[in-house]
Order: sequence, then C-alpha cells, then structure tokens
Amino acid sequence: MARVPKGDLEVLGRFGPHLSFPEGDRLDRGVEPDRVVKTHCCFCGQQCGIQLKVKDNRIIGFEPWEDFPFNHGLLCPKGVRRYLQGSHPDRLLRALVRDEAAEGGFREAGYDEAIRLAAQGIARIQQEHGPDAFAVLTGASLTNEKAYLMGKFARVCLRTSNIDYNGRLCMVSAAAGNKKAFGIDRAANPWSDILDAEIVWISGANVAECAPITTDYVWQARERGAKVVVVDPRMTPIARTADLYLPVRPGRDVALFNGILHLMIESGWVDRAFVEQHTTGFDEVAAHVREWTPRRTAEVTGIAEKAIRQAAEWWGTAKRSFLLHARGIEHSSHGVQNVLGAINIVLASGRIGRAGCGYATITGQGNGQGGREHGQKCDQLPGARDLADPKAREHVAKVWGVPPDSFPAPGVDAYEIFRRVEQGGVRGLLSICFNPVVSLPDSDFVRRMLEKLDFYVAIDFFLSETARHADLVLPGSLQEEDEGTVTQVEGRVIRIRRAVDPPGEAREDWRVIQDLAKALGREKGFTFTSPREIFEELRRASAGGIADYAGITWEKIERQHGVFWPCPSEEHAGTPRLFEPGSWNPVARGNGPFYFPDGRARFNVARYAPPTEDPDAEYPLFLTSGRVVSQYLSGTQTRRIGPLVEQYPEPRIEMHPRLAERLGIADGDWATAETRRGSCTLRAQVVRTIRPDTVFIPYHWAGPKSVNRMTISAQDPISKIPEYKACAVRVRKAEGPPSYVREREAQQ
Amino acid sequence: MPVPADRHFFIDPRRCIGCQACVHACSECDTHKGHSMIHLEYVDRAHSPQTVPTICMHCESPTCAEVCPADAIKRTEDGVVQSARKARCIACNNCVLACPFGVPKMNVGFELMMKCDMCYDRTSVGLRPMCATVCPSQALYFGTEAEARALRPRSTPVHEFRFGQQTISTRVRVMLPGADAAGPLDVTAAMHGEEAADPMAAVLPEGDLA
Repeated sequence: MARVPKGDLEVLGRFGPHLSFPEGDRLDRGVEPDRVVKTHCCFCGQQCGIQLKVKDNRIIGFEPWEDFPFNHGLLCPKGVRRYLQGSHPDRLLRALVRDEAAEGGFREAGYDEAIRLAAQGIARIQQEHGPDAFAVLTGASLTNEKAYLMGKFARVCLRTSNIDYNGRLCMVSAAAGNKKAFGIDRAANPWSDILDAEIVWISGANVAECAPITTDYVWQARERGAKVVVVDPRMTPIARTADLYLPVRPGRDVALFNGILHLMIESGWVDRAFVEQHTTGFDEVAAHVREWTPRRTAEVTGIAEKAIRQAAEWWGTAKRSFLLHARGIEHSSHGVQNVLGAINIVLASGRIGRAGCGYATITGQGNGQGGREHGQKCDQLPGARDLADPKAREHVAKVWGVPPDSFPAPGVDAYEIFRRVEQGGVRGLLSICFNPVVSLPDSDFVRRMLEKLDFYVAIDFFLSETARHADLVLPGSLQEEDEGTVTQVEGRVIRIRRAVDPPGEAREDWRVIQDLAKALGREKGFTFTSPREIFEELRRASAGGIADYAGITWEKIERQHGVFWPCPSEEHAGTPRLFEPGSWNPVARGNGPFYFPDGRARFNVARYAPPTEDPDAEYPLFLTSGRVVSQYLSGTQTRRIGPLVEQYPEPRIEMHPRLAERLGIADGDWATAETRRGSCTLRAQVVRTIRPDTVFIPYHWAGPKSVNRMTISAQDPISKIPEYKACAVRVRKAEGPPSYVREREAQQ
Repeated sequence: MPVPADRHFFIDPRRCIGCQACVHACSECDTHKGHSMIHLEYVDRAHSPQTVPTICMHCESPTCAEVCPADAIKRTEDGVVQSARKARCIACNNCVLACPFGVPKMNVGFELMMKCDMCYDRTSVGLRPMCATVCPSQALYFGTEAEARALRPRSTPVHEFRFGQQTISTRVRVMLPGADAAGPLDVTAAMHGEEAADPMAAVLPEGDLA
C-alpha cells in the first residue's frame, strides 16, 4: 500500500518544500568561479541559453549567454533564479526506504541496497502478475538520451506495454493534429520567422508568462508593422498590447477557427493555387464551415461579430503570418479538433514553408519536443516511429539487437495507467520526472490509485508530493548534474552541459536505470558508459524515421548553436524551416513539401463540441487553469526557490468584479471554489482582466491548494490530453481562512 | 573605463509583462549583493496587467543629489548617478521624497539610500546592465540611440520631462509610441452582445452563482 507513511506535515517538515535564498558565496560576489558553463535553463520549452558559475562543485550564480542565437541572453525570473535549486537543503542525497518508524516516514538506505530492493519489487510483481502489471511513468524534462533510454528500458528490459509520460498533459494534442495535417510533428518554422510576419496570431498561449522571451519576438514583429491578434479568456500581459484581443469563451476555439475560414472563403482570401497544388480535403472542410457564419461563431465563442470579421480580414489579407498556439486550445476534450482548426486557416492562407510564413505550437516542457520523439510515449519508438508499424519495429529491434516480436504491444496513456491500477491490471510503478498527484486532473483519484499500488519506486532529486507515496526513492540527478541534449521549441537540438556532479549517493538518472537493469539480470543493451554513447545509439535508432537525428553530432550542435532535425547525414546542416521546396522529406520523396507519400498537406474537418462539462444550474461558472511566470509545472523545483515563491506565494482565484459582486466577495477575501470532484479555499483576486463567467486558478501547488483536485479527467479521444482548460465550478465566499494557513508555509 | 557616452537605457513600458526578471536579475548582479536596486509595479492590477519597471533615470541635474544635505549622492563624469555613499548618507529620506520619478528607496536596515547605478561594474567594462540584458520583452533595452531608432521605428525616444516648473533632462530614454501605434484596447468592441460598457463584459448566468 503506497500510502504517504506519515502525516503530511511531518513529511513536509523533513523533506520540504523549504525555500533557498542566495547566501554565503552566492551573495559574496568577490568570489571568482572555478568555471562558467554554457548550458540551458532547466525549465520550459524555450530552453534559453544561460551560463552557470561554478565554484567547488556548487553553482553560485549565473551570467547571461548573449551569443546564443535563440534568446541572446534574455531570461525570465525562473531562469535568473534557477541556480538556487542546486545545493538545496531538500536535495535527496541517499536512497529512501519507507519506514513508519523513521522521521518523515522514510529511512535512508545505501544505494546498492536500494537498487536491489527495487529490482526485487519489480521482479516479484512481474512474475506474479505478468510484465504489464508493472508500469513506467516518465517526463518531458528528461534529456533526449534519458527519454530514449526509458523507452528502451520499458520495452527491452521490463517488456511492459505500460509506459507513458507527462507530455500527455502537454504536447499531445498539437502532436496529433500536426501529424494528421502535415505528417510531421514539429514547429514548422524557426522563431526568427516571427519577425517578418505581418500578422502574429496567438491562440490560447499566455506567451508573457509561459514562454516569456517569445514576447520580444512578437514585439520585434510589431515594430516592423505586424498586427497582433490574441485569443484568450483572460487578458494576459501579451493580450493587453494586442491590436485585437478576442476574449473567447473557454473551450470554443475550434468554432472561432471555423468562423475565420468561413469568412476567408466568402471573401476570396483563400490561396487557391496553394490549396490546389499542395493540399487535399479542402472541399469537405469548406462544406463543413459553411454553417460557421459570423453570427453563429459569435454566439458560440462569445466574441463580437465585428471583431471576428476584423481578425479574419487581417489574417485573410496578410502576405506573411505566424500562428502560435499552446495549451489554451490543446487542453481540451476536443484539443485535436482545435489544433486542426488552427492548421486549416494556415493551409487556406497558403502561408507556410516560406520565410516569414509560420506555424507552431509553443511546447511547454523543457524537452517537450525531443521528449515526445524517442519512445517514452505508449505507442512510439525512437525517431517518432509508430510502435505498431512492423517496419519500425524491425528497424529499432535491429539497433537494439532483439527480435522485433519481443516488443510489447502499444500501451495506454498516463491517465489510463491509473485507471488500470483501479481495475487491478497495474500493480507496480516506476516514476521519474513526473509528479502526477499535483499535475493530473481529478487528483484525488490519482492519490487513491498511488495508495493502491503494491510496489512503487520513484527516481527523484527532491521528495515530490508523488514520491512521498513510494516504497523506495532512488536519488537521481538535476539537469545540471548530467550531460545530454534536448530539443527546444523550434525543433533545434541543443546541448545540456554538466556543471556539477550529483551530490552524496545521488546518481545520473541513466546510471540508476542501468543499475536497475543489471540488478534485474537483464543488462544487455544497458551498458552505456556516457550519455554521448546513448546519443550515438539514438542517432542510429532514429535514422530513417521522421524525427531523424542520424546526422546530428554533439560537435555539430556546438558549431552551429544547435541542429534542427530532420538531419539525415553528417553533411546535412539540419532543417530550420520545414516544407520548403527541396528540403529533406523521406516520406514524399520529391512529390511535395509535406510528409505524406503524395507530398500534400491534409485539410481535416474540425468539429466543434462544447467541453465535456459545461456550466449548468448547479455549477454555473467555468474553471480554467494555467501558469504564473514565477512557477513551473508542479512546482517540485520552483516551490523550493525562495525569491520565486515570494513573487507569487500561493494560488489565488482570479475573478471579474461583476462576478465578485454577485458573490459578495472582495479582493483578498477567502473564497471556496467547488466542482463535482473537489474544492479549494483560496484568496480571491478581483480583476477586470478575465471573463465574468470564468474563474482562473494557477496549478503549481499541492494538497489543499491544488486546482487539480477540481479539474476533470475528461480526455481528448485522439490525443488523450486532459481537459484542464474548462470544467464547471461554483464559487462562494468562505467563512474564514482554511486550516492550512496555520499549518503550512506558502509553498507547501 | 567610463560608460560609453553613446549607450543608453531605453524603457518601453508598453512591452513590460510584469515578470520581474529585471528585479531578480538586479539583485543577482555582482555588486548588488542580493539587493535589487530597481522595482516594478502594477499601475492598477484590478483594471489591467500593465506594469512599469522603475530604474534610475540618471538625471543631468539629479534632484536627489540637489536635496541631499550630506552631499552623499554623486554623479560620475560619464553621467551615472550613484547610490548614496555609505559614509555620508544620514538616511534622512530627502532624496526618496524629492525624486520626481520615485526611484530611490531607503534601506532601513542599512540606513542607506540604495538605487540603480546602471550596473556600473558591467557598463563600465562594455557589458549591458543586468536587467536590460535579461529582460524577456526588452521593455528595458540598452544600446545606442541609432540602434534603438532602427529597431523600433514606431517609437520615439525622449529624455526631457517636465514636472510643473521643473524640466529634467535624463540619461535614460523613455520610448513614446508613434502616431500609428495601437490605441487603448477597446475590448467592448470584441465582445458578443456589446451591451455592457465593461471591457471584459460577458453574460453571466442568471440565478444563484454560489
């Protein structure tokens, strides 16, 4: 029974999150660093270049890296303070074994003993209940090398179908939509193409807070005359300065895209030559959007008809454009439809595959791109290959030196794995780089499923809220404690450089996995001596796939400040912009720019449906969730960094004054939000920058402050992404402060 | 080495996203020892996410220095107005009250006025100030006037300000939007229904909301 062994508060007391602030040699700037390491931020998908200052195997500060061509030294507050996660008092320095008698519920154990116990636990479950009874959950903050190794470990060593990753919460709707429309899942353009656009369309992307440095790209385009259109239920900092702001009702984005396409067709703004030469399926889509008149679009989206017409005119008549979207449209039970709707207006404009004509999703996680390419998804093999495809199995099996029929069948998504726990099919779990008890929706269910596990082993550097449920915690590595590569938002593969060694008995994650394979008696294929060796095998495994890394070397990354995949050979410089005439395309082979045998992009009918749970008489408002600029994902790292916590210590319920007045709530009052799944009592923030029918709560906090106790576990039928951006909620003024105020610090 | 005479700070509050990267970065700057010398505020969060970063404007005739009874605030030859000198500052707060831009802050614990010194340790060796180096929206930009005008043709840098009878010339420039800039956002125009004057108007459901 993987219950948290002690009361929450005792666990918090020993393992935090506690806060770290600059002190000692991190304040005394007279200290000369031993070296300055050029690497990248450990947080979001922008992967800004940064230099870390190292003294005595500790990171003592940073210096902007102005030569790195993506961010030119720019950083957000998370990047500036990221170094404070190192040498942290909460850092796990030894393995932990659940022990009710020990302080905080865990005793420390030697590394070898812990590996032995982990292997015994895994073996016992698989022997008694079959290989699939043991599941693996991984994450998109892992390097490409680690992500690759996790997929291989699950398929070759554990032979379980049940591996999936936290990109399921993040990039999968965009991935599925891109594959359906373009045959490839990657940003179509480098960010430099934003600068030349005449219109930048941003749907459901809080650029200023979730991808802050992209703000400068948008502004550079504006300085050159571009119009900026922002679609969001909240007036975010980027929406404040938009030329046109469309305050869409939550969960209605595809209706807007269909309405825009309707007007493009009606007004003759479709690039007919492009559509004719390079696409299929337009007629069916055109027939489908006939019913999406401006009137109907306005009624469904809640956006004024004339604003829709204005947006359509700017989009329709531009010569160059860049469309960006993110989780706002993707976190939906029809997230793939939303994405397809967006792609339809890009294809109809004919503005893709050329300078200044772009389209991209803004990946959320550090390695959101690379982490979704090399086999830690339940249905995928390296090189963005399909696990069910016999040719793909054959290629990868050859690289791995195993028979193709030894691979398990495709498994299920991360949320479904927890449903399998409930049904009894999954009894054991290994997790790394994933904090589902904070990040998955309807998280009380997730917590109960963790408690139901027979055996749970976590690899982590801090004891996350999820790892507290583990029988065994193996101390893994922080980003700066290991080498590797990641693939950032543009599809550019870059180098993560090791700045310090893992402290205490902590090990690089790939070593932990290999030690487990050895203890399980199946070390063949898990005897790499460095991440670089893993990358060399990844190159071969991805060769010939769509996400082709065959020609990428660490030296080339260094030389070019990154290499854009596909890069099929060492002579090939990489592919910054997709879909250009003559660019590498192993699928179309000269038939056209897109990644289908006929070289044509696909229009897809994008169907509107309301969110799974729309407001009703009982729960009359929308609940939507997202990030704040000073925190990252489930907060495992950023809730431990003092200056970031001080910036925005605790979640607040954001609501419009008109709603607040009806509810009798004033700014700063305690208010209780409640859905069919759970409730949270938080302070209200009363602002005119949100739709009055919607409340917003950021999701980085745990326990009684976690919005995901309330969100719905409805998922997109194709991508399986959860519907974080819309469910029904009611809000009332609370009688007084909740008990956690007395018991917990802000970040806890 | 002096701060090059042709390199200036340019502030464009329209770009500011309120992220506080500048404030964090300032306190991480080598000579600031964990204290930020700048600040960033919401204009009126209830109405807008608009924020403004406040750095020292480095006046040609600094009011703060003029009102200092201890002569603790010095302007360097290259036009950088420095924090009060610890040996002289008597923590009287005159500078804090007098600065027309609201820049200096009193560090009560140190009994010392502290404010932006344009990262003298960086700018005097050819680097950019820490805040302008990291600012992700480049609301804070550091470069030459020619560079700023080339990169931002729709804005005009100004460095003369009038406060009543007082005209102040500063080393730091503020970007004023050109005539073709987008006006104030009229969100009412973007709402279906349009009946409400409220910029975020949307129809609330009838009945009991709680």
